[in-house]
This record gives sequence, structure tokens and C-alpha cells, in this order.
Amino acid sequence: MKKKLIGLVLSLTMVGGLLAGCGSSASSSAPAEEAAVEAETEAEAEAEAETEAEAPAAEAVDASQIKVGVIYVGDENEGYTESHMKGIQEMKTALGLTDEQIIEKTNIPEDESCFDAAADLAEQGCQIVFANSFGHEDYMIRAAEEYPDVQFCHATGYQAATTGLANMHNYFTAIYEARYVSGVVAGLKLNEMIEAGQITAEQAKIGYVGAYPYAEVISGFTSFFLGARSVCPSATMEVQYTNSWFDIAKEGETAKKLIADNCVLISQHADSTGAPAACEEEGVPCVGYNIDMIPTAPNTALTSPTNNWGPYYTYAVQSVIDGTPIDTDWSQGLADGSCLITALNEATIAEGTAEKVAEVEEAIKSGSLHVFDTSTFTVGGSSLEDYIAAHADEFAEGGAYQFMDTHVADGYFHESEPTSAPAFAMIIDGITSVTQEN
Amino acid sequence: MSKQNKTSGRTVIHMEKRNSISRSKAWAIRLTAVLLSLIVCAIVIVAITKQNPLQVYAGIIQGAVGSKRRIWVTVRETVVLLVIAVGLVPAFRMRFWNIGAEGQILMGGAASAALMIYLGNTLPLPVALLLIIVVSAIAGMLWGIIPAFFKAYFNTNETLFTLMMNYVATQIINFLICIWENPKGSNTVGVINSKTKGGWFPRVFGSEYGLSVLIVLVVTILITLYMNYSKHGYELAVVGESTDTARYAGINVKNVIIRTMCLSGAVCGLAGALIVSGASHTISTSTAGGRGFTAIIVAWMSKFNPAAMLIVSLFLVFMQQGSIQIATQFGLNENASDIITGILLFFLIGCEFFVNYKLSVYREKEA
Repeated sequence: MKKKLIGLVLSLTMVGGLLAGCGSSASSSAPAEEAAVEAETEAEAEAEAETEAEAPAAEAVDASQIKVGVIYVGDENEGYTESHMKGIQEMKTALGLTDEQIIEKTNIPEDESCFDAAADLAEQGCQIVFANSFGHEDYMIRAAEEYPDVQFCHATGYQAATTGLANMHNYFTAIYEARYVSGVVAGLKLNEMIEAGQITAEQAKIGYVGAYPYAEVISGFTSFFLGARSVCPSATMEVQYTNSWFDIAKEGETAKKLIADNCVLISQHADSTGAPAACEEEGVPCVGYNIDMIPTAPNTALTSPTNNWGPYYTYAVQSVIDGTPIDTDWSQGLADGSCLITALNEATIAEGTAEKVAEVEEAIKSGSLHVFDTSTFTVGGSSLEDYIAAHADEFAEGGAYQFMDTHVADGYFHESEPTSAPAFAMIIDGITSVTQEN
Repeated sequence: MSKQNKTSGRTVIHMEKRNSISRSKAWAIRLTAVLLSLIVCAIVIVAITKQNPLQVYAGIIQGAVGSKRRIWVTVRETVVLLVIAVGLVPAFRMRFWNIGAEGQILMGGAASAALMIYLGNTLPLPVALLLIIVVSAIAGMLWGIIPAFFKAYFNTNETLFTLMMNYVATQIINFLICIWENPKGSNTVGVINSKTKGGWFPRVFGSEYGLSVLIVLVVTILITLYMNYSKHGYELAVVGESTDTARYAGINVKNVIIRTMCLSGAVCGLAGALIVSGASHTISTSTAGGRGFTAIIVAWMSKFNPAAMLIVSLFLVFMQQGSIQIATQFGLNENASDIITGILLFFLIGCEFFVNYKLSVYREKEA
């Protein structure tokens, strides 16, 4: 209920209604069946492998009896939610569910409406409920307490393990792997610009449009930066925040500000096309997020790291059908196709990019390359291990760095392993991050 | 009174202000308006979405009252909207255009969030609740006093002033979120005291929202009594009619303005406590969620009649809750229900014209 003039509301909503009509018919088109089937078999294999998890096995449910509830923070007009919707569709096809078995609630804000929605889905008979936005987590936990027989799965959250609830789960793709790969693409582009004499090696400064200054974003830009620096050692990066997940105008402005600040390549962790559109205007190469940005920036977009949620949704719902427990913290990356980079833009990428990308992807999949290899970066002039040892008191306090010390072992930071949510929350040397406390 | 010529000056539509209209006739006009609006809505639904309008209506009803939980959610949202409208009544009666309910709610909400965070786990629940209610009312009151003071002593424009106070309140909330955010950097406060439930409204009448209903009921009755049966209520109505008359009658206009806005702000601040402690258990800049503005429609459409305000609040919330269901069921997003609500409101407000004016059509003789 908005306070706008009725006339305005009427005209706007009519346009909105029309758009929504178009969007939903488009999203119901058949998803890639092959990928789905592949994902299913993988998920099954994994479900078997995970039987040692602590949660008691629930009773198996016939696939025709299953009901799945999904809570989205946005709708099909917003890239992040759209990718989740595609994942749900993929799961539906893979498991042969009907439309009636999936109840999707869109535009649920991060407040008590989320609890209302989760409880309502549980009462409608859903055995499993997903929610896709960070701020939904507390409300999902409340619902999980109230409905112990229903599985609640929350994307991007970090609290499932600490709640001790057997029916509360977190999931997140290992998107940092795809970000690293997209960083390599960006680094190669920087090299090309240096070789062509457009910039000197010292001028290889990347600009990054971030949403909020916390672990999910910090982990993302750090992995991107490490990817870029692995091929272009002189690269540096400046990060600025928009304090919003989706704000086309602000993301565009921030990108332009970074370009004015001598950044020669732009990347982003925010959900709109604002930054690539600004880059196209300014003629600066860019790496997007979530969706292929080539239609937005045909002459400047390189690629975008993106999530594929299909494998998880298939795995989680299959687990309910089989009566097997769902991982409390689930995170998979390049290896099972949960994250990837979108098509490389042949018009903009540097020569040899495709070969290098294939090589890096292979190295990450095989485990020979660790994105957060502590030998490749420093924090405050010292290695991450030394830094943590020197600041042990701060880390013991918890807060933003609560997982930093526990994840470091064997010469690398185990991102997304103990907890599915990104945990890397330190600003490494080479990155300047302008933290606006709003 | 005006004349309007139609078709070359022969047929004339004559508008005439009614001196009085019977209650039954007025309600018959309103009922006709509702029926007409439903028909127009149905046409729009078919034209835009190709859905069966009856099914869409059924979906709305399902969504609003289809289960016990949905009924409680509808009740919770209704009473919150109602109490804000009730809070606006004294100010509007005084012809003081309080557009600042949004900010007053936010300040009340911030006060209850602060108490929950700092004292919620240490004080016994009844004390904490009492404190939350009183302090949030005071916070809202302060936000109401400021524009009232300037209006009373410097004759500033209260519409602009209260509106601007909303933005100040939003920025204060942003600032508080920086202090309270959990986890750090996320720009959200998260559910406060989710483990201990310190400062949360307890279950009353078998529902966690029962206490809100009780409080709103009491506040609504008290404000109605205050408006209709107290000297204060009379004085503020006189000020609303004419400040000169009020002054002539020996009423201290400055006092009345400030006193009335204290009350109006306090009730809106209390609404903030109902939202934060009674429902969301968190605070954000969207805590008020535009309800401070929607309540203005509620108060005016109901002509400040408490029973009518309840009905109008219920109607608006009903549509809002129903929209979530039709979004799920038919893939229409909430904009679809905004269209329906907009059309209904258009007819409901428009029909007041026919309640107040009589139209007569006749042929004018050539002179």
C-alpha cells in the first residue's frame, strides 16, 4: 500500500502488471534438460555421500506428494532472484514435479513478512521451504523453530549450524571460484592494455562497485582481485559501496566515479546493469555479475561470474524425497556447475583468454589451485597467518571476522568450507576500500 | 453550484449541494460504488491478465483470511494501521496537517528497539513492556512536538515541517543501524533477542499478536472518548474550525496545538512499538513502510469515525494480504492488487461526491 496519488499508482501498476505478465511467461520456457538430469545424478551421488550428517533421517516422501515453498526477495525482473527461479525450474524438470507442487512467493521483504510467508508455506503443506535473501535468515530460523518437521533452507546465511536446529540449513555456491576466473579474464585484458601502450603497468587499477561492506562482498572482490593479479602482478583495486543490492542509477554513478578516479577496468557485486551501462558509455572494459552483460555493454563487457542454483535445489528436494538429511552448510562451485562465468565476449577479451580460463578452471576443479592461497597476498604487510596470530584478541571477539581464524589451514583460506556463507572479510594489500558508514 | 452545458445548450446537468441525505440513501450510494468498482476491476483483470476475475477475488479472500495464521496476520496489520489513523485524528480535527506519522512511528520503533537491545534481557518482561510502550510513545511525542512548537509560535507550515521530519527520522534510523547492525556491514539489525525473546510481546488470546489488538482497542476507545467527551477534544475542534473564534472564546491556541500534537505523536510512536516489539522484532528504514501515509487515507475516508476507520483499515490490509496470494497463485505481482485497490478507492472516494451533491438532468427551454 503506497501513498502515491491514485492516478500514478494506477498507471504505474498497469505497466508493472504488463511487464510481470511478459516476464512470467518467458521464465516458464523449458530449461536445459540435459544439465538438469546431470545435476540430478550428481545430487543423488552426493546425497548418499552425506549420510553421516548429524540430522536424523526423516521419512521418505513420494515425489508426487512433495510440496516445495520458495520465498524470493525480488521477482523475475531482478537478476539475482531470476537466477534462483531458473534453479527452481531446473529442479522441477529434473525431479518431474508439477507446477502445483511448487509455491513461489515473490517480493517478500526482509522483515516479519518473511516469517509470515515461511509459516504460511509450512501450513500449506510444504515439506521444504527456501528463502533467497540474506536478511531473511532470522525469520527462517523462527519458522524452523515453530515447524520442526519442515526443512528450511536459506541462501547466503551463516547461522544454521549455530542454531542447532536439525531442520535449518544454509546454502551458497562457491561463487568466489567463478569470480577468480573472471578476475583472470580481467587481468589478461589489463595486460593487453599495458602491451598496447594504453596504460602503464602502474596504471592498471581496477574499480569495483560493491553493495555492502561485509564478508559476502569482501570475499567476492578479493577473489576477483587475486584472479586479476595472478596474471597482471601490478594490478591494484579500489572498491566503493552503494549500500544497496539493486540500484541502477547509483551503481552507474559509482562506476563513473571510479573511472574518474583513474580506474581502467570495472567489476561489480551488485545486482543491476547500472555499472556495465556506465562502462559502455565511458568505453571502459567491465566484468558484470549474475547475468550476461553483453547485451547491455556489447563493446566493453568481458564476462560475468554467475550462480547456477539448480544443482542445490535438485539435491535438497531429492533429499526430502529420499528421506536423507540435507547438509547444514552446502557449498559447491565450478566442479558441479553451481557457479560459472557467462560467455566470453569475443569482441573485447584479450587474445588467449579462453585457453587460460580453461586452464584455471581445471586447476580449481582439481584442487591444485586454491583461490585464497595465503602465499599470494598479504594483510597489513604480513601474511594472513602472521596477521591472525598478531591480532588473536580481535579475532576471538568474533564479529565480522568471526570465521577468519578458523578457516586458515594448509597454506590457504578455506572459503565456504566450514560454513557455506562467504567468510573472508579482510581487506588485503593492494585493495583500497572506501567504507562509507552510510 | 454550477451549470454545465451539454449538447448545444439544451440538456443541462445541474449540480446541487444536498442539505441532508438519509443514512440509508448514503449507504446505498456507497454500496453501488463498491459494486461498480468490482465490475470495473473485473474488466481490468480480464483485459490485462486474462484471468478469471472471480478466481482472482477468491484468491484475495483466501490470502487474507484463508487460514488461522493468515487471519491473525491480517488482524495484526489492520490494528497497526488503525492505531496510526486514530493517532492522526486529533491533529486533523484541529486542521493540523500531520504528514509526519511515518517519522513518529520510526522514532517510536527506534525507542523500542533500543530498549530491547539494551534492557530487553535484563528487565522482567512486564517492566520491559511497560517501559517500551511508554518510551516509544514519548519518542513519537517528541517528534510531534517539534513541528507543533514552530507552528504555534512561528506559524510555520506544518505540512512541510512534519514531512521533512520524516526524512530526518529515516536518517536517524540509518545511523542507529550502523551501531546496531548484525552482522557488521550487512546494514540490517536482524531479529533482536531472537534467542531470549527479551522485550517481545507475549502471547495473549493464544496469539503473539493478541496484545497488540488489546492495546489498539484501548487506545481507540480512549481517543474517541477524548475527542467527543472531553473539554480538550472540544477545544481542539474549535481551533480547527477557526483560530479567531477559539481565541475569542478564551482558548489558548498555542497550548492546544502543542498538546494535541503531543497526543497525536505519542499514539504514532506507540504504533512503532507495536510494529517493532509486537511483530517484526527488528528495525529498518522501512519499518513504517508507508503506513503513516496510508493512515491518512484511512482517517479521511472514514471522516474520523472509529468504526469506519476499522473497516477501511481492514479493507486496505485485506487487499494487501490478498495480493501475496494472487501473486503466488496467478503469477500476478502485487501491482495487480494495487490496481484493484486503486480502482476501489477511486470509486469509494468518488461516490462521496454523489452523497454530497445531487445531480439533476433536464432540458432547458429556449429563451
